[in-house]
Parts: sequence; structure tokens; C-alpha cells
Amino acid sequence: MPDSPAVVVRGLVKRYDGRAVVDGLDLVAERGAVTAVLGPNGAGKTTSVECCEGLRTPDAGEVRVLGLDPVAQARALRPRVGVMLQDGGLPTGVRALEMLRHVAAMYADPRDVDELAERLGLESFARTTVRRLSGGQRQRLALAAAVVGRPEVVFLDEPSAGMDPQSRHAVWDLVRELRGQGVGIVLTTHLMDEAEDLADHVYVVDHGQVIASGATAELLAAGETAVRVRTRPGLDVAALATVLAGAAARGTTTTSTGAATTSRADGASPAPFVVTEDEPGAYTVRGDVSPVTVAATTRWLADQGALLTQLTVGRRTLEDVFLDLTGRHLR
Amino acid sequence: MSTTTDDRPVQDRAAPVWRRVAAQTAFETRMILRNGEQLLITIILPVMILVGLTQTDVIDLDTQGASRVDFLTPGVLALAVMSTAFTSQAIATAFDRRNGVLRLLATTPLGRGGLLAGKVLGVLLVELVQVVVISAVALLLGWEPELSGFLPALLAVLLGTAAFTSLALLLAGTLRAEGVLAVANLVLVLLAVGGGVLVPPEQMPGIMQHVAVVLPSGALGEAMRGAFLDGSVPAFSVVVLLGWTAALGWGAGKLFRWQ
Repeated sequence: MPDSPAVVVRGLVKRYDGRAVVDGLDLVAERGAVTAVLGPNGAGKTTSVECCEGLRTPDAGEVRVLGLDPVAQARALRPRVGVMLQDGGLPTGVRALEMLRHVAAMYADPRDVDELAERLGLESFARTTVRRLSGGQRQRLALAAAVVGRPEVVFLDEPSAGMDPQSRHAVWDLVRELRGQGVGIVLTTHLMDEAEDLADHVYVVDHGQVIASGATAELLAAGETAVRVRTRPGLDVAALATVLAGAAARGTTTTSTGAATTSRADGASPAPFVVTEDEPGAYTVRGDVSPVTVAATTRWLADQGALLTQLTVGRRTLEDVFLDLTGRHLR
Repeated sequence: MSTTTDDRPVQDRAAPVWRRVAAQTAFETRMILRNGEQLLITIILPVMILVGLTQTDVIDLDTQGASRVDFLTPGVLALAVMSTAFTSQAIATAFDRRNGVLRLLATTPLGRGGLLAGKVLGVLLVELVQVVVISAVALLLGWEPELSGFLPALLAVLLGTAAFTSLALLLAGTLRAEGVLAVANLVLVLLAVGGGVLVPPEQMPGIMQHVAVVLPSGALGEAMRGAFLDGSVPAFSVVVLLGWTAALGWGAGKLFRWQ
């Protein structure tokens, strides 16, 4: 049992009024690692995590946290598991540090409350009642409450929702420190950069099922590389694709604009590049990206008189992976 | 200090159960005593009723030979128990439920059982404060309680607390927080006026006599009056309170939704 993973979920099903919100979900979260559960709103992330926290009883499937059943063996698990709920779970009439001290009193050997408060910048509102805290302040307090008992597994449901950038980094630093100490961390999020920066392992969940999973680096490496540029909107993307195909065929960047125009004119070979304008002024070039591609792209933009304000080359972002998998329409 | 090197037995990682429950009790008590609206209903209102009804003749009472303050104080204590065990607790629990507090604390070593124990003990502590304050005022007004009635009165308070806390949890665990706020206050006023708490059921008009006597409010009022006027609690009141506790407790256990 000491070697059992932090969390193992197999074939988890949870129905509300006969509708399966979680529908055969599988997941493994290791100790000493950050596992992100990523998905659009309503994908079943929170419900799945609540089954792991023992707050909901699964309708089917198996959930094991540190090798134990979170419902039947709740008493043994509670001292070893820290939980940060999406809605905070903080009583509104109590002062911030008073709440943290109260939660700490439930453990035999809690973390030092003052040290933790300093880490997460809680002192500035230590004596403010929860009712008067901002969203980010509440989130930090809830995180402190989740880790004050020195848990072996921590569940964080949307931990940096409503946080300012400084708070987020304080939170991320703490999460990394916990991981270094061997704590298993499961976080749900729809913030791609959070998952990308923090997670060792990502599960993309939609309609109550895992639709993709893997080490974060693997997920990002999959698929073609891309060049992303920001410049003025309304450029001719087809023209750029043709220019890039021509440049790649010649394998040289010394070609003049005139030569590129020539290669567009002959236009017989299928273009190996796809250029899209994802939103006004934000373009993505996908294909077999090489140094030639980058040089040809900037040269073409210069020829168009379009000022380049941002250019990134390389792997996909987790956002691309996510949107490719779950679709780009809003829901 | 690393978490993984923590090789103490798992059960020792939580604070001992008495410390968890004591912490929760102190927490609940502080929350109630710090809340202005709750204090208004649990302490100030009963004291105002006690002073108002003993010093004036707004309500015509047959005190059966007892002084007005002797006759009214037991009922005011019963009302105080109802305000804390029922109204105050229902509202506090309903908002804690809405804010996810119940769920969060249920994931700490406290657990649901410890949370419930802390709530009940918190109610009893607040009731102790109420009894001290109300008794002090009553004694100033000339209250001469039947001294042999203290133990029976304690029994009545415990039974009443059980019944009304069950009702509070039933309400708080099934309705929206705003709904509970309205219903809990309204029910308290209705029971105070027509529930046989301050005025004995047999002195109430018409059908209300028969209704009030089987209500938990009427039973608690009669039990308190029995204790402090005659030194004993009527068996019928005990049966009624136990019956309500069993029914409401069963309902709360079945229907309470944590989220």
C-alpha cells in the first residue's frame, strides 16, 4: 500500500437524474507529480474529483486514493488528503486566519499557520472576515486550508480562478514545492497555461470521459510544429502558403520577392503549409516548419508592409491540443 | 519536513477526536455569539418578551396562583431554546451548506459526525449563555423557581434541543438558504404566538388548545413550566418531544443534502 499511486480511477460512472455526468472515466495520478484534469465547463471534472474526495458515491467503477476507498475508508483517508473546493467552502462570518487555524486544529501535526500565511500572502487580510475577501484572496485561503494538514494527496478544483498573477505564482510555487516533497496533486482547470506550466500529466476530459491523456510534454510534441505571428489583420493567407511552399522547395531564403511571385504563379504543386487567421491579426502557419519557413514568413510580411508584433515558433500549446480535441465552438 | 517521511500511524495524523469536536464546538459557538442578528433573536428577544409580559398586562394570563414572572420565565426559557436550537441553527447550517462549508469540513479529519457533534454542543453552549442571562433578569424581576425543578428542566431542555435541532437540520438540509432564513424566522414567531410556549395550550382559544399540546413547542413549554412550577416534567410532554425527535431526526437523516 505505501507504493499505491495517489489516485486510481477505473470506469467511474456518476449519474444525476439518470444522465451520466461521468461516463467511464479512467485516471491515474502518481505521487510526487501534478496531474491536471482539463476540460470545458460541464465535462465532469468536478464530479470526478468529488468522487475521489469521498463527497459523492460513484454509481459504477472503482476509485482508490492511496489504495483506499474514499467513501468506505473515509476516516482513514481524511487526515491524509487535502481538498480545495471550487466554491471555497469557507464560512463567511469568520476571519481569514481564524478559519485556517480552525482547520489546522483538526490535525495532530499541522503546518505552521503563520509560515503558511506568509508563503501565500494571507497576512495582509488575516483579520478580515471571509465575506469581505476578494475572489483571489479566498482562493489562497482555501488552498492554505487544503495543505495545512500535511496531506499526501491534494485535490485542487480550479485553484487559480479569480487570482491576480502574483497570487497565481505564489500558488504555483507552493504546488511545485509539495510535488518535490512527494505529494500527489490533482488539479482541475480550464486554464491551459496553468496545466502547461504545472502539470506532469494531463487528462483531457469531455462528456464525462477521458478523450486524451499523456505526459504534458508528449501531448505538446504530438502533431506538427507551427509558426504563430501577430500582425495586421486581413492578409492573404493563401498567398503566404504558396510563398512558403516555394521557399521550402528551393531550400533557400535568398529568393527575392519576384521569385516567390513566380512560384505562386506556377502553383501546380500542392502546398505543404496551411496558413490560417485564427482571430483578426493572429495567424498560424502549420506544416514542416524549418528555419527557411520562419525567414520566408518575416520577409513576406515585410513585403506586405505588415509590422510583425509577435512571432513564436515550435510546439503546439496545450490550448491547441485542447481545442482540437474538444472543438472550437463555445458551449 | 517532508510528507513522505511521515511514518506515524495514520490514525495519529488527525488530532484526537475530542480535540476536533471541541474545536468545532468553540467555532460554532463563536460564530453564533458574534452574529448580531442571531444575538437579537436568541438573547435580546426573549429578554424583551420576559420584561414586557411580566411588567405589563398586554396578555391576559391565568397564572393559576403563581406570580406572573414565575409563570412566564419557564416559557421564555423554552422560547430561548427554540430560537437557538431551531431558528439560529437552521439559518447557520443552511448558509454553511450553500457556501460549501459543510462539504469542506467533511473532508477534514472532523468528518460529518464531528461536524454534527460540534453543532449540537455549540447549541448547548449558547443555550447555557441564554439561561444564565434570562435567569438573571428573571431573578431581578422576582422569579422564585421551584428548586427541585432544575434537573427536570435540564431534561426538558435536552429533549427540546434534540427535537428542534432535528427540525433545523431537516429544513437547512432541504431548502435554499434564503428560504430557510424566511421559514425559520416565521415558524419561530408562529410557535411563539400560537405554539403553546409562553401561554399554556389549555389557555389558548378553540382548536389551538388541542394542536398546541402536541406541538414540540407546546410540549417544551409545558415541560419547563412543569419543572419550575411543580418540580416535575409531565410524562405526556416527554413522549411528545421524543416522538418529534424521532420523526424529525429520521427525516433529516433521510433527506439532508450536503450540497
